[in-house]
Amino acid sequence: MSQRGAMSCRQLVELVTEYLEGTLPPDDRARFEEHLAACDGCGAYLDQMRKTIALAGRLREEDVAPAARERLLASFRDWKARPA
Amino acid sequence: MTDGAEIPAESGPVADEAPGPVFAPADDLRAVERLRAGEEAAFAELIDRHHAALLRLARAYVHNPALAEEIVQDTWIALLESLSRFEGRSSLKTWLFRILVNVMRSRLRKESRSVPFSSLGDGEGDEPAVEASRLHRTWMPLAGGHWSSAPARWEDLPEERAISAETRAAVEAAIEGLPDSQRQVITLRDVEGFGADEVCNLLGLSGTNQRVLLHRARSKVRRALESHLVGAER
Repeated sequence: MSQRGAMSCRQLVELVTEYLEGTLPPDDRARFEEHLAACDGCGAYLDQMRKTIALAGRLREEDVAPAARERLLASFRDWKARPA
Repeated sequence: MTDGAEIPAESGPVADEAPGPVFAPADDLRAVERLRAGEEAAFAELIDRHHAALLRLARAYVHNPALAEEIVQDTWIALLESLSRFEGRSSLKTWLFRILVNVMRSRLRKESRSVPFSSLGDGEGDEPAVEASRLHRTWMPLAGGHWSSAPARWEDLPEERAISAETRAAVEAAIEGLPDSQRQVITLRDVEGFGADEVCNLLGLSGTNQRVLLHRARSKVRRALESHLVGAER
């Protein structure tokens, strides 16, 4: 982004990922934070984005299907029994 | 390895393993020692820790669940066969995912499918992060480019607390509905917690492309979550 002046909400929402990744150039970062300080809507948007990321991180824990686990352990025994 | 079919030598995990200091946690090194010694319990622990994650990524490439399962099985066998070459330059988890990606590549190549590897392609235009109708048009005086329908804070959704099954399903469905390359990136970054550099490495993406894919993916999942939460309030 090279335009000067204030950042619009429309511009801000497209820069959220770069902001969170820490890859925004310093002057864009400053304009981003300046806008954020004055705009409730964008503050809420950024907050929603952070929660979205946190929720995705909670999908992780999942059990292994017993049949698949058994099959793998059997392959392990085969591998072990194989002459090196 | 005897046949070299699953992990082609030129793209095998070994080729990527640059000489250097050991980064793998002590636990990983110990696990590998135990595997080499033929300890089945060590293998079972690794399966319990990583199998579901591997399957999740495999499903972001092949939509056939049985095929995804088969690819992950092959990944585990390839891990055993390449154990002697694990030197701890990366974590065991990264090593495993690298093997998975390689197994997938050679598998898809064999089946001569059009390979849906991460690219900006996906036949997707440059869609905006937020529905155009939510923001005033740019040319409008004063309000131009600002919210016409501002988002609300999700106060009822504390990050720390357990999420409801419905919300979890909504996030899951939103990720499943993404184009493959976006799904792969968000799965590795936000679900599995890999860093940007690792994901670029695993998927062969530039930093910029990785970011664009992540941005599109997150924007869509946020959108889906917003409509889910608004719907749930009613």
